[in-house]
Amino acid sequence: MVSLKVNGTTHSVDVDDDTPLLWAIRDNIGLTGTKFGCGVAQCGACTVYVDGQPVRSCVTPVSAVGDSEITTIEAITGKEAEAVQAAWTARDVPQCGYCQSGQVMSAVALLKENKKPTDRDIDLAMNGNLCRCATYVRIRAAIHDAARALEI
Amino acid sequence: MRSGLLLSAAAGFGLCLAGSALTLAQAPPTAASLRPVESFGTIANQRDRSVALFAEMGKVIQHPRCMNCHPATERPRQTDARRLHQPLVVRGKDGHGAPAMACTTCHGKQNYDPARIPGDGHWALAPASMAWEGKSLAQICEQLKDQNRNGSRDLAGLVKHVTTDTLVLWGWKPGAGREPAPGTPEQFGALMQAWADTGAACPAS
Repeated sequence: MVSLKVNGTTHSVDVDDDTPLLWAIRDNIGLTGTKFGCGVAQCGACTVYVDGQPVRSCVTPVSAVGDSEITTIEAITGKEAEAVQAAWTARDVPQCGYCQSGQVMSAVALLKENKKPTDRDIDLAMNGNLCRCATYVRIRAAIHDAARALEI
Repeated sequence: MRSGLLLSAAAGFGLCLAGSALTLAQAPPTAASLRPVESFGTIANQRDRSVALFAEMGKVIQHPRCMNCHPATERPRQTDARRLHQPLVVRGKDGHGAPAMACTTCHGKQNYDPARIPGDGHWALAPASMAWEGKSLAQICEQLKDQNRNGSRDLAGLVKHVTTDTLVLWGWKPGAGREPAPGTPEQFGALMQAWADTGAACPAS
């Protein structure tokens, strides 16, 4: 059994130590907002926070997490998350939506660290999050929108 | 308009040529082992012996496991073929990546072989002052000794760095799908100590 603190609740999950955190989150704990995309840290769909920092949960074994606080898309809070959610809605960013929880996790993480990101900052932060619908232009615009909203 | 396109095409072709020249110049060495320090005892001249010891160290220094994260640009390389790191990542302010794309976004404290992701407690790019990519072994040698560029390390500090830093030692335990650096960390440390003890001479070119 492995103990995992996810979104403020401690869960005991019956998995091997080398099980990807993503599998425990989705299959054992039942939080399916975090998506499986590639399994090799190339697409970003599985992004969660470990102690507030974005991490690809598909390449993170549960044994590496320890007592860290895991936050998934279901539980992100704060002004950056609210600004990103509002900007995403206003711009109608998602198309199929599959990658978007990962996109949002990275966008919020960026805005927490960088209040006024340039196009370059956004590209560097977001290029690990692939979107097969190619919503990149709207994603970048929405991040700029969210940054402006946070200035007010 | 047309001449602009031609110019772009020519520039692109030039870049391609430069790219392939770079690749050829930096083809990874294939040595799997290191000569023991004792085998250099037959070189009577101390300076020559020191240079020979450094050339042997070069098998490690210029191996993909080491060179990939001492890039000339802000972007590391990866794999034994030394291709550009996918996805795009950069050195960032402190060698640990850009905001929201830090090394730790993907690289954990240990290798994770099921996904072929390497890891270490302080996964990072070497600072720009320690860029080795595209340099000759002679240039790397001078750079390695230059305390303005090597993290203010004297020779003892360099030996300590390569024998105790976990990220350096990772080069010999790189996980599935990656060729380890030649020899053992102990052999490499002994070579570097012997090089330091013989005056830390650098190759002429």
